[in-house]
Amino acid sequence: MTAHVPAAAHAPASARPRVGVAKFASCDGCQLTLLDLEDELLSVVEHFEIIDFPEATSARSAGPYDVLFVEGSVSEPAHLERIVELRRRTRHLVTIGACATAGGIQALRNWADHDAFRAAVYAHPEFVHSLARSTPIAEHVAVDAELRGCPIDPGQLVELLTALTTGRRPQLRDEAVCMECKRRGVVCVMVSKGMPCLGQVTQTGCGAICPRFGRGCYGCFGPREQANAAGLARHLQMAGDRPREEVGRLFAGFTAYSEPFRSMVTELGGTRTGREAAPGEPAGTTGGKA
Amino acid sequence: MSAAAKKPVEERVYEVGELTRVEGEGSLRLRVRDGEVVEARFGIFETPRYFEQLVVGRTPDEVIDIVARICGICPVAYQMSAVHGFEDLFGVRVDPSTRALRRLFYCGEWIESHALHVYFLHAPDFLGYESGIALAADHGPLVEKALRMKKAGNRLVALLGGRPIHPVSVRVGGWSRAPRTAELREHRPALVEALEIARETVDIVAGFTMPAFARESRLVSLRHAAEYPYNDGRIVSSDGIDISPAAWRDVFEEHHVEGSNALHARAVDGRGPYLVGPAARITLAADQLHPLAREALASSGFAEQIRTNVYASIVARAVELVHAVAEAIDIIDAYRPPSEPLVHWQSRPGVAAWATEAPRGLLFHRYEVDEAGRIRSAQIVPPTAQNQAAIERDLVAAAPEAIALPHEAATRRLEQMIRSYDPCISCATHFLDLTIEEA
Repeated sequence: MTAHVPAAAHAPASARPRVGVAKFASCDGCQLTLLDLEDELLSVVEHFEIIDFPEATSARSAGPYDVLFVEGSVSEPAHLERIVELRRRTRHLVTIGACATAGGIQALRNWADHDAFRAAVYAHPEFVHSLARSTPIAEHVAVDAELRGCPIDPGQLVELLTALTTGRRPQLRDEAVCMECKRRGVVCVMVSKGMPCLGQVTQTGCGAICPRFGRGCYGCFGPREQANAAGLARHLQMAGDRPREEVGRLFAGFTAYSEPFRSMVTELGGTRTGREAAPGEPAGTTGGKA
Repeated sequence: MSAAAKKPVEERVYEVGELTRVEGEGSLRLRVRDGEVVEARFGIFETPRYFEQLVVGRTPDEVIDIVARICGICPVAYQMSAVHGFEDLFGVRVDPSTRALRRLFYCGEWIESHALHVYFLHAPDFLGYESGIALAADHGPLVEKALRMKKAGNRLVALLGGRPIHPVSVRVGGWSRAPRTAELREHRPALVEALEIARETVDIVAGFTMPAFARESRLVSLRHAAEYPYNDGRIVSSDGIDISPAAWRDVFEEHHVEGSNALHARAVDGRGPYLVGPAARITLAADQLHPLAREALASSGFAEQIRTNVYASIVARAVELVHAVAEAIDIIDAYRPPSEPLVHWQSRPGVAAWATEAPRGLLFHRYEVDEAGRIRSAQIVPPTAQNQAAIERDLVAAAPEAIALPHEAATRRLEQMIRSYDPCISCATHFLDLTIEEA
């Protein structure tokens, strides 16, 4: 989260910020988090005018948007134009969740033979419009703010919405999950149980759910800045006597396509091919009909 | 015939390019020529994410984390079908309390999913609003209650799994963490209130005017000897199918529909579309409903219509809300923490196949596991994929009543019909082939 979001506050009710929710390749869980704000939802719609949110309302609008929440990754040819068009109609574009910010679990195909994937799942792969790589929104357009996580954290969403209404900077911690464990007094699962855990290289925001529930962090909020993933990977291999590929699979999760997790997957394996499609490779290998 | 042939052909097209108040991206198209339906299409244009391929090479516990991401609304269902399949293959006997907790987990998901659908996706159609949010402007207290009921469900999932969406604690063998008795008890008051709201919901939706619609459908759900179907039972149908869930592929198949490029699931006996979901469950397992839900069903007067009128699925969901909340309270009252939350297990090669009842209906998973304990291949058949043929058939059945309305109202009515299925297109997409018909 780097953007300062200008004030929309103190506006009369008729000039509430106009908000849209747009979906790309995703499970709908992050936009559902908005509807899961059971205690705040009715107050949210008092402060924001929701003008386009197809999952929740039949009223439609093509913008312009003061704030547009974008869920999902760029994953098919039509997405390439659509995100550019949406950006043009949006003042503050906020990406929500691991798909939008990191490419999502579907970005594991970025290490695979896309045509083989498509042929294995679909009887008529030539009709399936899909890009060889699943990529985060920021790879295509400028992003003003992001909420990480698979799914996003409701507390962080409320914080962002509150910041939007008052024009202040959202207070989102930029630190490792380990700090959250220490604050909450959670016993370290790596030290006490020898479980592999990505907590020290993963951005906090979830509230250290996995360690609190007796398992290692699987990195769904993505790498924190300057995370020493290579150091952790070496430690997990040596101290835990784990095969390279097993350590690679730890990084090959919901934010695998974010550096430095991405380099770990490419170096250690963990996906089926272990070979990443070269970034320069055209991302537009599409099926027939488009 | 000759007189008719001279008349100009009147063709009307009812189309919604992007359905709203459904999960994911789909469309509908109905073409009527001289009063006859000549095309009925429930289209899917959501991007595929290739889940069956993403899990290849992974371990069973990794699969449980990954398949949750097929659907943000019903992640528990994906985790449950997968974990039971693996435990069955590996011969794992979980602690009896684990079994009860998994039912509770599913209760939580049914509550949040059904509450969302009844109040935010479906009721606005009956009451003439564009959304649950617009409904709240006129009926604030009612929507607030709906939100409290939905929250009670989400909090149950979060209690057991850390968060309501993509919970983290389900493992082969049980749980990475099981709750303490006191933690469960804290949820009781909210559930007691939710039970009253659920019963009131049945009364409210039973008062809605249902569009005229009647058809017999082949209904399919799990059925268990002693309980309303969640995680266990045999696959049964209204016309005599009775198989173990692992045998899904003996009776059903995936099939490519000529000209639509969509894979539908169908029964191999060729008897046409079948329907899964709340209406099927209530019809096939009404005797197993919680007494309070049975009572609500009886007082609704909809037991018969739930079977024959697709729009009445909103009553079926409301009755299942009563069931899920009432059973959740019972489970909490009887709870004793598992003595062994996570039992030891050992992988063995073979086929893991299982079905559970997602909020939207039967969810079948099948995984081939290799000697090293990794997934060799996967097949996932979500409820919406199974319902797709029935949805298109019901578009035809809904047409006479709908097309008598002005064009715009008719289109809305057809959209309402599709919403009656609570389609989850995000779920179905990794499985369905897709095209957009170029207009």
